This record gives sequence, structure tokens and C-alpha cells, in this order.
Amino acid sequence: MRSLNSLQTDATTRARFVWLASRKLKNDGSRVGLAVLILTFVLVGAVSAQHRISLSGDLEGKIGYCKDCHGVSAQGFNGYYPIPRLAGQQPEYLQNQLRAFIEHRRTNNIMFNVAHSLSPAMLSALAAHFASLHPPPIGGAPRQLVATGRKIFEDGMPEVNIAACAACHGPDATGSGQIPRLAGQLYPYVIKTLNNWGKERGQNPTEPDTSAIMSPVAHSLNRSQIEAVAAFVSTLR
Amino acid sequence: MKFRPPKQQCRSAVRSPAGVALILPAVILALSFTSPSAAQDNVSKEQADAKLRYCEVCHGVSAQGFHGYYPIPRLAGQPVEYLKNQLQAFVEHRRTSNIMFNVGHVLSPAMIDALTTDFNQLNPKPVGGAPKENIDEGKKIFENGIAAANVPPCASCHGPQAKGNGPFPRLAGQLYDYITNKLTNWDKERGQNPSQPDTSAVMQPIAHSLTEPQIKAVAAYLSYLE
Amino acid sequence: MRNNGASLAILIMLCCALLAATAHAENLAIRNCTWCHGGSASGYPPAPALAGQRPQYVEKQLAYFHARTRDNPFARQYMWGAARNIDAQSARNLALYFASLPPRAANDGVPNLVGVGRTIYQEGMPDANIVACVVCHGPNAEGVRDIPRLGGLDYSYLKRRLEQWNQGYHAAAGPPMISIASKLSDDQAEALASYLSFVK
Repeated sequence: MRSLNSLQTDATTRARFVWLASRKLKNDGSRVGLAVLILTFVLVGAVSAQHRISLSGDLEGKIGYCKDCHGVSAQGFNGYYPIPRLAGQQPEYLQNQLRAFIEHRRTNNIMFNVAHSLSPAMLSALAAHFASLHPPPIGGAPRQLVATGRKIFEDGMPEVNIAACAACHGPDATGSGQIPRLAGQLYPYVIKTLNNWGKERGQNPTEPDTSAIMSPVAHSLNRSQIEAVAAFVSTLR
Repeated sequence: MKFRPPKQQCRSAVRSPAGVALILPAVILALSFTSPSAAQDNVSKEQADAKLRYCEVCHGVSAQGFHGYYPIPRLAGQPVEYLKNQLQAFVEHRRTSNIMFNVGHVLSPAMIDALTTDFNQLNPKPVGGAPKENIDEGKKIFENGIAAANVPPCASCHGPQAKGNGPFPRLAGQLYDYITNKLTNWDKERGQNPSQPDTSAVMQPIAHSLTEPQIKAVAAYLSYLE
Repeated sequence: MRNNGASLAILIMLCCALLAATAHAENLAIRNCTWCHGGSASGYPPAPALAGQRPQYVEKQLAYFHARTRDNPFARQYMWGAARNIDAQSARNLALYFASLPPRAANDGVPNLVGVGRTIYQEGMPDANIVACVVCHGPNAEGVRDIPRLGGLDYSYLKRRLEQWNQGYHAAAGPPMISIASKLSDDQAEALASYLSFVK
């Protein structure tokens, strides 16, 4: 188990050393000014170095924490609940979702707990980090559904008013801006998300958000169409 | 096996005075149903609304346009004739878009009528978001053209407020990156059947003559027009 | 004639014994397990409860014991020998059998730590980068697929597993468990183990 006090000890030790050194120089009058100058620089350096270390240490610690659930390369994990892939996700989308969790526009108690203490700087650093990861998809979806899923994804189903996912999510499902990447997303996660769209997202009717766009689509898809399209996107790299 | 009434009975029915009296209204009734597509060319308000909502999934709330993976254009306020021409172009592959072909080829004429009327009547604010530095230059190009490059003023066909008319599309409030994308790629997507040239041919030389900065300037200007 | 009769009788008896032995082979294996894991597989420290455990998890751990991958001192002392003759099919059968038994909570944790343990389990401790166990282990700590049931396992076993991961026995650990265990303080581990020992 890590000692949480190690960083503070370093700073204290440094400060004491500088103080002792300055006492030695104090007796020689002409060097007092120099000593004070050195002292100032060292202390400022010590404090800012500690600050830099703790900021990057914080980010590293937080990334590791996210990966405990979301997978060692954020590829997602089939826990009791399916935990989504974050790797390669659009940073704007990630930040929007974290904010939606914090503001309870998207209901998930665990993610609220995770997100509500994150600073804005941390939010954007995390989003940028996950966007940069590119592990292969976990896979595991039933293969026989993929062809149907591809058709729905690329062409839509105009007779039943289902838009082509590719129009917004891109032909390779990598998303863009606020529109999420779907490529490589977990099969059970996509199913659960589409099935429960209105139960989890857009929970503040006085503050409609980007989730409103998907609401008619999620409602129009039937169960087997959802499974097919989920299977398809889960295979994409 | 198709049922045929015995010939004798038929003949005798027609010949009798009662038969003639019955035939006339029957004929009138039949005539009112002769239009072959009449039965399937009705579209209910429910169906039209559902289709409209479907279009709005991609084209945005009130068809204002949407930045999907591709920029998806504003349809609000578009002239009916232009919209119908484009839908037909998609269906006939004169304008290439796999997604819009799929969308278009299942639409009945009555549905197209209903949709294009609905879109024409929508009037949301422009989505905006374009860079603003060169709007003035864009306005100049729109109103005066570029004589040196034989580019006529856009306003002369698209109208002084860029609201379009008949076959000429509305440009006011159109998405910035949609306009730049289209002008840059004009003949890669439109007029794809050389043996069946269409209205897109008009824009061909203009799109080619505009330089990239000019395209961006005029697109930015148009994207803010209401 | 009498010699032949006697030989035949002996032969028959041997065959019966052999048949009986084969028929009871699996029963024998199960009986062996219960010697340590308890008559209803509810555990007897240091052996954990197996009743109601996820079958995929049990199967996987038996394979690890058989291959000597899971290598903490207790595994070495007890399970390496126990699993030596368990092949894949037997492991599957055993796992299914244990999964079918009703779990019983050990109820041997520290009662006044249960509240803290429940909070850690259900909500995690985001400021300390400790994830909520519920996300993988389920709302009643029942597990799923190859993620084990923790509910009802005895306090000392749960605590010991977390300690073993911190002592470096990393082989055969579920993917995030080493990282998670490294962040838990002793107090937090005790609270979790206490809470879980009472979960039915």
C-alpha cells in the first residue's frame, strides 16, 4: 500500500536543508543577499516541482483507476454490467458524457461518483488520453448477425424510417466531434444502451442535450435490429 | 381459376333497361378509381410526420442541418421544386449518395409532396459556427460575382437574400462546411449521368472557377443568412 | 471345475469392484473436496466456500491449480495435490455441481466494519481511485461468468486473497485485481471482507 505522505516529506526535508544552509551563510553579511536569493529559488523550485509531480501523479493514478473497470487499454470489460470501451473515443463525446453524469442528465450512480470530483483540467486530460488508445476490439458477438448489422449501419432502413448510422457515426463508425465512436464497442453494451436510451439519457427535460438526437432511432429499432447492429460495430477496428 | 359469369346471363343483364340504369353509375364509379396510383398515393398525416421525424434524425431539429460525420445539409426553407429534383437525382443516381438513394427510392410521390412542403415551411435559425473573418468578401462575391473569372453574381439566380426559387436552391443558413464541400467536389457527386445532363450543369463552371478562399468566404457569408 | 468357478467368481468380483470404483470416481472426487471445503461445500477455513460459486470461475481455478499457475502458499500446500488428477471434464463437472449448491453466508466478519465495507463495495472510493466492486461482481456480490461470487465467503479468506496479491502472487489474478488490491489499505480490505462475509 502506498504512503500518501511521501511527497510532503520530500518538500519538508528540502525546506529544512535550505534553511540550514542559509543559516551558515547568514553570518557572512555580504552573502546574505545571495543566500536569500538562492533560498527563494530553491523553495519556489521545490514547491512547483512538487506541484508538477502531484499533477501528473494524479492523472496517472486516475487513468489507472478508470482502467480497473474499463480494461487495461480501455478496451472495455464484460463485468456484471458491460463496461464500455473508451479507447479511441471522441474526446468531445467523452467530456460531454462525463458532464452529463455529473449533472445527472445521464443517470449512473457509479459514474456520478467517479466524475463529480474531477476538475475540468482532469476531464480534458482523461478524454485526450483515452482518445489516443487503439487496442483491438474485444469481440465475442454472434458472427451470424454481422452481415445484417452492416446493412442497417450503412444503408439504414428507410421503409421503417431508420436512418443510416454511417451518416453521423461515419462509414467506419469512428464518430466525429460530439458523435461517439462505435467501432469496437462492446456488443452487450451497445444493446443495453439502445434498449434503455430514454431511461438513462436526457434525464433533464428542461435541459435537453445531444442525446435527444438518438432517441427516435433507438425507439424505432426492434430487438433483433439492435442486436445485429451491435454485433456489427463490435467487430470494427 | 378466374370466375366468369355465364355469357348468357351477362348479355341479358346489359340488354335490359334495368341493366343500363345500373351500368352507368357503375361506370362512373369505376372511372373515379381508374388512376392506378391513386389507391397507394395517399399518405396519412401520421405517416408524413413519422417520415419527417426520420429525416430530422440526420438533417437536424427543424431540418436546420447537422454536423454528422459528414456535414448534413439544411433542408428548412428549401424550394419544393429543388428538393424534388434532388430526390429524383439521388434515385436515378445522377447524384451519388448511397444513403440518400436508400432514403429516396422508397418514397411515394405523395410522400415526396408532403415532405417537400413541410421542409419548405420550416424556418429555424441558422446553425452558424463558420469563421467570420471573410464574411464581407463573401458578401461581395455573392452580390457582385467575380467578373475577372466569369463568375456571375450568385444573387442573380439564388435571389438577393439567397432564398432560392424553383429549381435554384436556398443557400441562406446552409451549413458552412456543406457548401464548401459541395463547391469543391461539384462534379464528383452531381451530374453523374453524362447522357442525362441536369440542372447541376449550370453550377459546374462556377464551382470550377471559384478558388478555395473564395469558396470559403462565400460559404461563411451564406451560413449566417437568415 | 471348482478352480474355474472360483476364478470366475474372483473375476466377477474384480469387475464389480472396478465398475464400482469408476462409478464412484466422481463421487470420490467430490468427497475429497468436502474433506476441506465442508459437507455442503460451505467452506471451512482456510478452505473457502464453493457452494453457489460461478462454475466458469471454479473450472478456471481448477485448471490453474492443476497447471500450478495459482501459486500462493495455500495453493501450493493443498490445491496442487488436490487438483493433480482432475482433468478438464472432471473440473467442469465439479464446477457445475458446486454451482448448484445453495450458498450460505459465513457471517464471520467484523460487524461494525460492514457499513464502510458496503460503501466501498457499492460505490467505490473515487478520491482514492478505488473502483466500486459491484460493477464487476454484481449487486449481491454473486459474480458472473468467470468473475467469482464474493458474497458469503469467509472473512479470513477474502482478506487473505487481497493480501496475497499485494505480496506478489500475481499469476492467475483476474485482470484488474492486482491494481485494485494495491490501492486498498488494510482497514479497507478488512471492511470489504467483513461486509462480504455477511452477504447472502
